[in-house]
Amino acid sequence: MTGGTPLVAQAPKGPDSLAAAPVSRPRRSFGRIWWWAVFAVAVLYFALPLIGTFAFSMRSQPLFSAYAVVTDDPQFAATLLYSFVVAIVTIIVSIVLIVPTAFWVRLRLPRLRPYIEFITLLPFVIPPIILVFGLLRSYSGDPLPLAGSDFGSDVLLVAAYVVLSLPYMYRAVDTGLRAIDVRSLTEASQSLGASWFTILVRVIFPNLRVSILSGAFLTLAIVVGEFTIATFLARPAFGPYIQLLGGNKAYEPAAVSLISFGLTWIAMGLLALIGRQSRQKIQIAGAH
Amino acid sequence: MTFLILTGIHKRFGPTVAVEDFNLTAEKGEFVSFLGPSGCGKTTTLRMIAGFEQPTAGTISIGGTDITNRPPNRRNIGMVFQSYALFPNMNVADNIGFGMKVRKRPKDQIRKRVDELLGLMHLPDKGGRYPYQLSGGQQQRVALARALAVEPEVLLLDEPLSALDAKIRVALRKEIRAIQRQFGITTVYVTHDQEEALSLSDRVVVMSEGRIEQIGAPADIYNFPATPFVASFVGTLSLLQANVIEGATARLSIDGQEIRGARPAAGDGQRVTVALRPEAVEQGDGGGSNRLRGTVEDVSFLGSIVRTRVRISGRNTLSFDQFNDPSLAASTIGEEIAVSFSPESTLVLEGRASADAVIEEAIAEV
Repeated sequence: MTGGTPLVAQAPKGPDSLAAAPVSRPRRSFGRIWWWAVFAVAVLYFALPLIGTFAFSMRSQPLFSAYAVVTDDPQFAATLLYSFVVAIVTIIVSIVLIVPTAFWVRLRLPRLRPYIEFITLLPFVIPPIILVFGLLRSYSGDPLPLAGSDFGSDVLLVAAYVVLSLPYMYRAVDTGLRAIDVRSLTEASQSLGASWFTILVRVIFPNLRVSILSGAFLTLAIVVGEFTIATFLARPAFGPYIQLLGGNKAYEPAAVSLISFGLTWIAMGLLALIGRQSRQKIQIAGAH
Repeated sequence: MTFLILTGIHKRFGPTVAVEDFNLTAEKGEFVSFLGPSGCGKTTTLRMIAGFEQPTAGTISIGGTDITNRPPNRRNIGMVFQSYALFPNMNVADNIGFGMKVRKRPKDQIRKRVDELLGLMHLPDKGGRYPYQLSGGQQQRVALARALAVEPEVLLLDEPLSALDAKIRVALRKEIRAIQRQFGITTVYVTHDQEEALSLSDRVVVMSEGRIEQIGAPADIYNFPATPFVASFVGTLSLLQANVIEGATARLSIDGQEIRGARPAAGDGQRVTVALRPEAVEQGDGGGSNRLRGTVEDVSFLGSIVRTRVRISGRNTLSFDQFNDPSLAASTIGEEIAVSFSPESTLVLEGRASADAVIEEAIAEV
């Protein structure tokens, strides 16, 4: 940051052509200061609440006792496991629904793309509370009284989460499709005798792997922390559990927040790792 | 033996007519090119053979079987795309073996065939590479190998060399032809490059605005263009406006200078177009009994040849080629010269009504 000053002093020595470079240098170093300042503000913005939460969770004596209480609570593991299972089912259902749809829209119905995009954005506009009340009203009675049973409610929960994850999953997949020449690859596969199923499984899915993964992890993050829909469908999910804990205990909710935050980070790290691995695999395979 | 038959093919996209009354028969092992400017319907026709587009009317059959309504994956066709269309997630060997894998051939058979094709394409050690690690020419070779691996009945190539640079284009062109001969595979090749079409094909189909203009051997297409479009699209041509003095004896007048055509022309007094190849015209009297006088308007040095443009009168100009000979002085602009050519090389064109527009365009270019 301090390197800029002596460079400015050199400026008058050089001829015109050289003078241009030193003039631009202080600007660049100012740019660098600015960059670091923005970075520092961002770090503080994101880190301070975490540090505060951590400090608060440490007030319970002895140290880390809040974490011990949480991890010892069978409810914690049960609800977290439930939410992860629901998230994984949601991810599978949305992949099965969205990848072929996005593929088909791109290949055969490009004129429908703006409409499909609009539909996928609806979950941003319609609050989850509306969605869950709609589901409860529609599926409480005949002909499909799903809300009456636990399994039926699980189905409704997954269905609602698939809708919630639409914007993320569709966009991720659509961006991935844009990066490959869908039409030529499809036609090349067809001319080689491949069926639609083979094309999707052997050609489209593998080339969308990283996009699908990023959509999947966003879905995971949303589903694991979701509160409204799970509460109104009365499912034993992680979101309602945190809320319940927050109503009854002081330090433990902070601990739970940090643990779930850490788990989300692990999920994101996993994504980055898998993404990098697939690239490395290609390069290593090509090296010999 | 007639192998590939297209009968009465029409294709419309909404109100737009893409292909109109397309009829073609190709022998087994024949190399046929579709040549024409972009938008002439050549790629659409190829895509109908592949099954990616459904004809609005007409039938397509291969080896005696009507395949018009068969989906593309059940046609046993090999296709090579301009964009290569290699699967980015598979290495070269897996790309080539894809079609055989889909057909559930035994693994060792796939490996053997892949190795064989890699050798044929001069890529024996590239099986483990991924498409992005290969040059454009190498990628297109892999695409060709992939199309050939399934032993298709018909090989379709959609402007396969357009994305490559000139030298590789010529080299790969020769290889494609050699491999096609070796396999004896019926091939349809789409291109807008006349040199490619003429040098590769057994027969060329020249297309314009969805219709076939002419089907013939490359030499016939070049030497005896059937329509003004073919004449102007294939090769360089000088087009001159002439009047028929006497149709039966093919006596014509170009701005008052009399010449003779190769064949009897239309009615006396009618306006016709005379087409001349630059290589058929000579400076002086040595070229044949037809003689024209004019003023040198432009001299272009093209390496091995020198092309001179001569204005005969008002609108009519013609170009002629001479081999570049350093000992001979080239004509100077403004010089009055005589050129000559034989009646046999004087093509008299009588085309459709739209021919005039084509001729205007061609005159502007020459």
